[in-house]
Amino acid sequence: MTAPVWVQVVDLFAAVCFILALKGLSSPRHARRGNAIGALGAVVACVVVFFYGDLHHVPLILAAIVVGTAIGFVGARRVQMTQMPQLVALFNGVGGGAAALVALLELAGADGSSTPKFTLAATAFTILVGSVSFAGSLVTFAKLQELMTSRPVVFPGLPVAFGVSIVAALVLAGILVGQPAEWAGAVLALVGLLLGVLLVLPVGGADVPIVISLLNAFTGLTVAAGGYVLNNTVLLVAGTLVGASGTFLTKLMATAMGRSVVNILFGALRGGSTLGAGEASDRPVRSAGPEDVAILLGYAHRVIIVPGYGLAVAQAQHTLRELVDLLGERGIAVDYAIHPVAGRMPGHMNVLLAEAQVPYEQLKEMDDINAEFKQTDVVLVVGANDVVNPAARTTPGAPIYGMPILNADEAQQVVFMKRSMRPGFAGIENELLFDPKTTLLFGDAKDSLGKLLSAVKNL
Amino acid sequence: MSEAVVWLTIFVLSVFVGVEVISKVSSTLHTPLMSGANAIHGIILLGAILVTGAARTNLQLGIGLVAVILASVNMVGGFVVTDRMLQMFTRKRPVARKDEANR
Repeated sequence: MTAPVWVQVVDLFAAVCFILALKGLSSPRHARRGNAIGALGAVVACVVVFFYGDLHHVPLILAAIVVGTAIGFVGARRVQMTQMPQLVALFNGVGGGAAALVALLELAGADGSSTPKFTLAATAFTILVGSVSFAGSLVTFAKLQELMTSRPVVFPGLPVAFGVSIVAALVLAGILVGQPAEWAGAVLALVGLLLGVLLVLPVGGADVPIVISLLNAFTGLTVAAGGYVLNNTVLLVAGTLVGASGTFLTKLMATAMGRSVVNILFGALRGGSTLGAGEASDRPVRSAGPEDVAILLGYAHRVIIVPGYGLAVAQAQHTLRELVDLLGERGIAVDYAIHPVAGRMPGHMNVLLAEAQVPYEQLKEMDDINAEFKQTDVVLVVGANDVVNPAARTTPGAPIYGMPILNADEAQQVVFMKRSMRPGFAGIENELLFDPKTTLLFGDAKDSLGKLLSAVKNL
Repeated sequence: MSEAVVWLTIFVLSVFVGVEVISKVSSTLHTPLMSGANAIHGIILLGAILVTGAARTNLQLGIGLVAVILASVNMVGGFVVTDRMLQMFTRKRPVARKDEANR
């Protein structure tokens, strides 16, 4: 079925909207407008479809849209900003699932003799990769939501199971191209689900965000293939845009963390686990109370804050901002050093601090601030660990070796606010904790910051 | 041009556009960008509506409606959550200034 010309023009309009949306999202000034333009394109394209072709079951379809919209809207409004990565994973997964179902239905309507082979191949691709994206995203969701362990899950037969599943998927896809049998499509979807689970299980917690981005690109390509199957340009263009930009973004993220995508996906299988030992050490450290740290901070000239996921978990970003404001009133220059992957996803920390109304100008990116640590009196590390771990520079065997880090170790004094001596997300020990110039302040970040705040007030 | 080549052309050009438009993004915006791209592929809703509208059996209708629900969760949720993230970048301390005025 080919849409009338005016509909094709509307589809072109929607496609342009999506390009402008991605363009806008790449710059802080136009990001919000870009997102709105994208939404406009999507809504226009979906409304127009009701005015051409002969659709049956329109009331039911509208009801389903209302249900889905309500779920999506409420989910998106209610979620805590700390839980946003898993929500994005979930949204991505259901999109992939929807694409797979669409392709299965299209298969049911296909005719063995008249449907071109290439269309059937695209259908098989959509079913398979859509299912992979769906199941894989659900596993990443479970890992981030801590419904299951965030460590890599590897069992002896995993590489074999993975290989067998891939072969099975290829065979089923071949059968589908030869003869559009519905059973083959259904089995292919099941194999895709299994593959998705097997793909994500061996990935360690710290790398999960990169996998979410990769699965996002997968879903994009799935939608593009679905567009080809349905003869619909807007799906093809939107899906391809997301597939291409998603793949590129995945690479950018992996580079920011000093990792390679292949290593993230298959590192655990090769034995070189994506996580280290994760044992708590009993070497001596210097710990201090809030009053001592308050004196360090209150009489410094230059302070840099390194916020990490621990801050977000404790919901302490507002208390931290109060402390920084107070230090600012004392004439101390304070900035936040934001590591590209602070939090759970690149840029996540910026979102969390912006929520606490920290001025955008105080948030310094790693490359801009790294030279300033040498002239800094005190670095206050709040709930972060791996992003200041010098092992990334000094220990070639460490899982994070090569990852760019914040040079907190170059400052005069380093204060770590930590809950325990447990290693960070990457599961490796941080030598900086044992450095003579390092002071540890144990406790929940919000609690400790509150005490620190009143101690600084009393100086 | 044969029709397959037209589709291939659109695909290849879209790949280049997709990479080009985001090539200079700062890491600050990686998360919102990922989320926004995620919302855009929610356009599969359009495909879900088309196939559901053509469903011939109750089973097909049921599967189609599930696809429509999933796709609209993806699209609507994606755009809303992206907007929520970005809202925080644009608000430049008007609240703090109000606090000072109240004092």
